[in-house]
Amino acid sequence: MSNHLIALGTIVRREIVRILRIWTQTLIPPAITMTLYFVIFGKLIGSRIGTMHGFTYMQYIVPGLVMMSIITNSYGNISSSFFGAKFGRFVEEMLVSPMPNWVILLGYVTGAVTRGVIVGALVLTIALFFTDLHVAHPFTTFFSVLLGATVFSLAGFVNAVFAKKFDDIALVPTFVLTPLTYLGGVFYSVDLLSEPWHSISLVNPILYMVNAFRFGVLGVSDVPIVTAFVVMGVFVVGLSAVALRLLSRGVGLRS
Amino acid sequence: MTTPALHVKDLRKTYGNGVEALKGVSLTVEPGDFFALLGPNGAGKSTLIGILSSLVNATSGDAEVFGVSIHKQRSEAMRLIGLVPQEINFNQFEKPFDICVNQAGFYGIGRAEASARAEKYLRELRLWDKAHEQARTLSGGMKRRLMIARAMMNEPKLLILDEPTAGVDIEIRRSMWQFVSGINAAGTTVILTTHYLEEAEQLCRNIAIIDQGRIVKNTTMKSLLSTLDVETFVLDVNRSGGELPALPGVTLRVIDDHTLEAEMSRAHDLNSLFAALSAHGITVTSMRNKANRLEELFVRLVEHGRENAA
Repeated sequence: MSNHLIALGTIVRREIVRILRIWTQTLIPPAITMTLYFVIFGKLIGSRIGTMHGFTYMQYIVPGLVMMSIITNSYGNISSSFFGAKFGRFVEEMLVSPMPNWVILLGYVTGAVTRGVIVGALVLTIALFFTDLHVAHPFTTFFSVLLGATVFSLAGFVNAVFAKKFDDIALVPTFVLTPLTYLGGVFYSVDLLSEPWHSISLVNPILYMVNAFRFGVLGVSDVPIVTAFVVMGVFVVGLSAVALRLLSRGVGLRS
Repeated sequence: MTTPALHVKDLRKTYGNGVEALKGVSLTVEPGDFFALLGPNGAGKSTLIGILSSLVNATSGDAEVFGVSIHKQRSEAMRLIGLVPQEINFNQFEKPFDICVNQAGFYGIGRAEASARAEKYLRELRLWDKAHEQARTLSGGMKRRLMIARAMMNEPKLLILDEPTAGVDIEIRRSMWQFVSGINAAGTTVILTTHYLEEAEQLCRNIAIIDQGRIVKNTTMKSLLSTLDVETFVLDVNRSGGELPALPGVTLRVIDDHTLEAEMSRAHDLNSLFAALSAHGITVTSMRNKANRLEELFVRLVEHGRENAA
């Protein structure tokens, strides 16, 4: 077991060194993007919208934007890092080693979650320059970050396994992740939507992550909090099983 | 009876596109051996090495490394193997020291021990002064040596070198072979594939030749070379033109004014050649074996195998 821990620590350390080495690509852009969201949607437009669930619009969108940063950065980190390792063939360093597949997966997921958390913390710090926030439920906040980031790290890993060129890891964020995020209740409460849009919104997994985090920070949610955690849990288990199966079969990795 | 370093049993591989890369390869490599695995391009060498290092999934068959099955006990088997692949496969933006330490980490070796080993092998391979520079700044020969250092991080019992000297200049090649010969002498079993057949002839004690997915020869280097019945010598001579002597069983060719080539049966003695040359006023100042004997045999065996297959 200690061998596995050392191997796991090696992957995590390598991932964190990578994140910090290219900080101008990994940490700064999301911070700038989110600052613009706060200025435009929170300050300029938000002041004319009024309150939502009893909070100012700025306070209401902060948890959504933080969660959006966490999941997009977790996804982006693992998909670019693992695909980069495949493309540069240095994934073979791990494949020829005695490491079991679950250690490889856990190492990359931990690295991706770490980037998500660092970016989330940066964005939250920036948000505090625009509004006051008090965390209503710390444990819910912590676990929603952990599970939300894990779900999208796993999804990014699966994407990287199947990707054959760099375009393939850009397609999913552009055509799937971004639309789902924008329609996942980041900027509005889905209670405002009429049918069938309200029901359609409920099949979007990002809605549950955003609302779990919003419940943790503000204490309000559009969906039952237990349902949100069950949805995230199911995705973690399902995507982990898929990722491990792909690694075990060597899809995209072993001939 | 000692457990073989490598025992390959009827290994087969058919790729998804239908190409049958291995058609039932069986092979045994004894512990401590320096073993040559030779074959033309596309013969199946890299597929075989890929299966042994778990980068390629075998269609059927098995292989044991020191008695440990690479399929049933993959992790244990991988601990025993070090691989130097044909293509550069490290992160060019990382530093050689980090590449080595991380590789050790993947094998469960702690950072203190890994750092000590990284320094040891980077020094031995004359890379220590580049240890903390980005790997992409290394020359081609340095990158090859870095892959050897990396493969040594788990101090393997079986080291597999897949064309490690491709594109490397002669001086660096020699220093690489000095290092590999040293670790072989210290007990590590070495399997080598190379296109420089003179390297294989000088270094390896046993040899397998693979072609079209089949082993066409598997024997000792000595016995293989003894099957070659003709040798060619290059003679540096002083001569003032004129006829060359006619000797039964010897074919003499003029290369230039000061060089002759003599192709002769191994049974033929050299004294009669020198006597005949001397009688024609030709003085031999020095001589050497022209070619690579193994290269000659290699071409013959591969061609013979293909004729039989046809």
